[in-house]
Amino acid sequence: MNVLFFLNGRAATVDAPPAARLLDVLRGPLGLTGTKEGCGEGECGSCTVLLDGAPVNACLVLFGQVEGRSVTTVEGLGDPEHLSPLQEAFVKEGGSQCGACTPGFLLSAEALLSTIPQPGETDIREALAGNLCRCTGYQRIVEAVRAAAKERTSREPG
Amino acid sequence: MALVGRSVPRPDGPAKVTGRARFVDDVTRPGTLVGATLRSTVARGRLRGIVKDPSFDWTGLTVVTAENVPANVVALIEEDQPVLASDDVRHAGEPLALVAGEDALRVQRALQHLRADVEPLPPVLTVADALQHTAQIYGSDNVFRTVRIAKGDAAAAIAACPVQLSGTYATPYQEHVYLEPQGVLAFWDEGGGAHVLSSCQCPYYIHKGVKRTFGLTDERVDVTQAVTGGGFGGKEEYPTILALHALLLARASGRPVKMVYDRKEDIEATTKRHPSTVTVTSGCDRDGTLRAVSIRIVLDGGAYVTLSPVVLSRGALHAAGAYRWEHVSIEAQAVATNTPPNGAFRGFGAPQTIWAIERHMDRIARTLRLDPLALREKNLLRVGDTTPTGQFLKESVGVARCVEEAKKASRWDAKRASLAAPASSGMFRLPPPGVFPARKARGIGASVYMHGAGFTGSGELAHRARIAVDLFADPETGKARFRVRGGSTDIGQGTETVFRQIAAEALWVSMDRVDFATPSTASVPDSGPTVASRTVMVVGGVVEAAARALFARIEGDRQAKGGSFEGAARRLLAAHGIVTVEREYEPPPGLAWDDATYRGDAYPVYGWGCAIAEVEVDLDTFETQVLGLWSAHDVGKAIHPTNCKGQIEGGLLQAIGWALQENLVVRGGRVVNARLTDYVIPTILDAPRFTTLLVEDPYSRGPGGGAKGLGEIPMDGGAPAVAAAVEHATGIVCDRLPLLPEELYALSKETRR
Repeated sequence: MNVLFFLNGRAATVDAPPAARLLDVLRGPLGLTGTKEGCGEGECGSCTVLLDGAPVNACLVLFGQVEGRSVTTVEGLGDPEHLSPLQEAFVKEGGSQCGACTPGFLLSAEALLSTIPQPGETDIREALAGNLCRCTGYQRIVEAVRAAAKERTSREPG
Repeated sequence: MALVGRSVPRPDGPAKVTGRARFVDDVTRPGTLVGATLRSTVARGRLRGIVKDPSFDWTGLTVVTAENVPANVVALIEEDQPVLASDDVRHAGEPLALVAGEDALRVQRALQHLRADVEPLPPVLTVADALQHTAQIYGSDNVFRTVRIAKGDAAAAIAACPVQLSGTYATPYQEHVYLEPQGVLAFWDEGGGAHVLSSCQCPYYIHKGVKRTFGLTDERVDVTQAVTGGGFGGKEEYPTILALHALLLARASGRPVKMVYDRKEDIEATTKRHPSTVTVTSGCDRDGTLRAVSIRIVLDGGAYVTLSPVVLSRGALHAAGAYRWEHVSIEAQAVATNTPPNGAFRGFGAPQTIWAIERHMDRIARTLRLDPLALREKNLLRVGDTTPTGQFLKESVGVARCVEEAKKASRWDAKRASLAAPASSGMFRLPPPGVFPARKARGIGASVYMHGAGFTGSGELAHRARIAVDLFADPETGKARFRVRGGSTDIGQGTETVFRQIAAEALWVSMDRVDFATPSTASVPDSGPTVASRTVMVVGGVVEAAARALFARIEGDRQAKGGSFEGAARRLLAAHGIVTVEREYEPPPGLAWDDATYRGDAYPVYGWGCAIAEVEVDLDTFETQVLGLWSAHDVGKAIHPTNCKGQIEGGLLQAIGWALQENLVVRGGRVVNARLTDYVIPTILDAPRFTTLLVEDPYSRGPGGGAKGLGEIPMDGGAPAVAAAVEHATGIVCDRLPLLPEELYALSKETRR
C-alpha cells in the first residue's frame, strides 16, 4: 500500500504493508539505518523518532499510522559537516560513546528543547527517561543537552 | 599544542550523532540470507537427532547441523564447547542447528518445524549440586579450575588475633545489555576464503576460531570489526560462536548470511557475569589493624569452560582488596553447572570478590565501632608493601589520595554524623491506614578498591601486542598522513580517539593527520584482545613507541638532508611509497610471575579507586535511590579526561544496577526474564548525580606520561558503596546482591529483632 507522509521535512511515498513496523520501513526500503533496534518492545528507546514532533518508539508504530503525518529521524537533524547544536554537544561533552542509543537520545532531546528551550536538570531527566544508555551513566548526556540548550539560545537571531 | 590530557572531540562522534555510523545490521551485501538458531530447551540430555518436518516446505531454506561442522569445537582456552551440539546437550539455549533463508519470518517458521530429539538427563543446576556430585558433568570433580594463593600462615595468624570475624557474601548474574545486540555478517569468496563482519571486541579471537573450525590458514580468514554498540566483555568471546554459525550457513547456502540476535535471544543465549559466593574470615587487632585473612571463592561457570579459569584467577587476585595483610590464604574454584556458560564481563571476577572484601570491611568496622573509611585508611596498601602474591608495590599507588579526595568532595564526615542513623525501634512498623508522606532515610557509604591493569601474570608476554604506524601520502593532497593499525577495537570507550591522540603527540602533528585503521585481520597486526583494562596502558604504549620510532625516522632524514619535517616525510614517501614502523610490547624489566605457585607480579601496575554513595531508602516500599556518587580514581594519567569520566560514570552505573535492580531469574537452567521489560537496567532517573575526580599518580611505563588501565575499575566499587549506604540509612545489613525492595524488607524484620 502506498503511504504518503512527510519524512525529515519532505513529502515521501512508500509502498509497504501498513502493518509493517515503522522501524522496518525506515531501515529497509528507505535505507535510513540511523534508527536502531535495541529491544523491539518499546523499552530501550533506541528507535525513537519524532511523529509530528513528539517522540515515539518506531518499533511500536505501524507504518499505516504515519499517513499524512510528519516523521523526523536522526538523518533529519544534521549531517557530519553541519551538526545541529545537540549533535555537536553530544560529541563535545561525551554524550555518545558506543553510539547505539545516540540517535534515540538526540530525538528525545530535540523534542524537549522544542517545548522547553531552557530545561532544568529534572526536565532533562524526565524527557530522556524512555531512552536507555549502558555506556555513559547519563551524566554526560545531561551535560550535552544543557550545553545545546545554551548554544541554541545564543544562535537564535535577536 | 599538547594533545594528551585534552578532551578533544571524539573523531568517530559526527558519524554516530548523525546515524551515519554503520553497525553490522546496517550493512548488507547482495543476496544476503537471514540466519537463525535452533536451541535446546532442556538443560542436560543426549541429542539423538534433528528431525525436519516433512510436511513443511523447505524450498530455499538451508539447514545446518553438527555433521556439517568440519572441526566441531570453539577454539578458546579449552576445546570443550562444540559449535553445534552433536551428542551431549549441556545447557538450555545450547545451539543445536541453524537455518537460513531469504525471508526472516519463514526462517522463524522453519525453526518451529525442526524438532530436536533430545533424551533428557538430570541436570546439575546449582553449584552446591555440582560440588556434591549429583552428576558428573565436567572432569572428575565438576571443577573447571582451582586457584590457590598463600602468603604466610593465615589460619594460625587469624587464630592468634583478638578480633576474628567471618562472613559470606554473594552476587548474582549480570547481563551486559550492550544497546546493540550481537550480530554478524559472513560470506565466502570464490577462492574459499572466509569473511566476517562482526560486532565484537576481539577480531583475532574470531580469526583463531574460524581457522580452527574450518581448517584454514591465516590469510584465508578476514575478520573485520563493524562499528560496535557496546561490549563490556559480552562481545569478547561470544562473537566467535556467532561468526562460526553464520559461516556454516554461508558455506552451505553459497550466499552471504547475516545473523543478528533479538534482545530475547541475546539475553537467553550469550554469556553473563559469573554468580559468586565468597566466604571471608579475618583476624585483626582491636584498633582495626588488619593481620590475616582467609578467603574461599566459588564461581558458577556454567556448562563450558569458556573464560572461567581466567575470570576466577582475576577474582582471586583481587579478593584481599586494597589492604595490607601479613597473612593471606585464598582458595578459588570455578564450577561446572548445566546453565548457559558465563563469561567475560567488565571487572572479570574482581567485582564479585571486591564486593565480598568491602562488605567484610564494613563488618569489621561495625563490630569495632570504627568509621568505615577510617578503618580502610588505616590499612591501605602503600608503595613498599607487598600484595598476597608477594608483589612488591614499587610505584603509582594513589589510593590514599583517592580516599582523601572522595571523602572531601562528598562531605563524608559531616554526612556520616548527621544523616539519619537508624532508630533502634519502630522504624519498620507498618504505617497505619491512610495516606502519609513517605518515610525516608538517608545514608552514606564507601568502598575502596584496586584493579590490576593488563593481562594477569605472563599474559602480556605471551600475547606480545603488535602495532603498526604508517606514513602514507594523502591521496587527495599528496601531503604526509599517518595511520595507526592494530586489532584493538573501539567499542564506545574511545580507543580511536586516544590512539590518535597518542600517535599525533608522538609524531608532533595535529590529530586530524592521523587515521585509525578499521580493525580487520587482513590489514592490521594483532595487538591482542580489547579486554582487561589493557588497551590504553599496554597497547597505547606500543602505539606511542611505534609513532616515536616513525617520528625519529622522518626527523633523522630531515636532519641529514635538511628542509622541513613535511619535506622529509615526502622524500621518504617518494623513495618508499609507504613507510611502516611496527613495534611490539616490551614487558617492564624485572617483572616475574609463576603460574604454578601464583607468586610474583600479578599485574604490571594497579588502578585505584574510592567510591562514596549517598542513598535515600523509602521505609515503606524499601526502594533505594542513589542520590549522589562521588568517586576518585587513580588513572595514572588522564589522556582524555572526558572519556575517563565517561568510563567511570558508566561503570559505576552498571555497578549500581547490579546492586539495586538487575535480577536475572534462571529456573530449571533457563533464563525466564530475557526481556528489558523485566530485566531492568538503570534509566536516567535511576542514575545519581556523579562527582567524578581523577587522581594522577603516574605509572612510569604508561603512555602519554603514565596512563594506567581504567575500563574495568569503576565496576568494582559501586555495589559495596551502595550497600554500605543502605546500611547507614536503615541499619539493614545486606551481604547478598541485588538489594531488591523485597530482600531489604525481609532483612528489616530480622534487623528489628
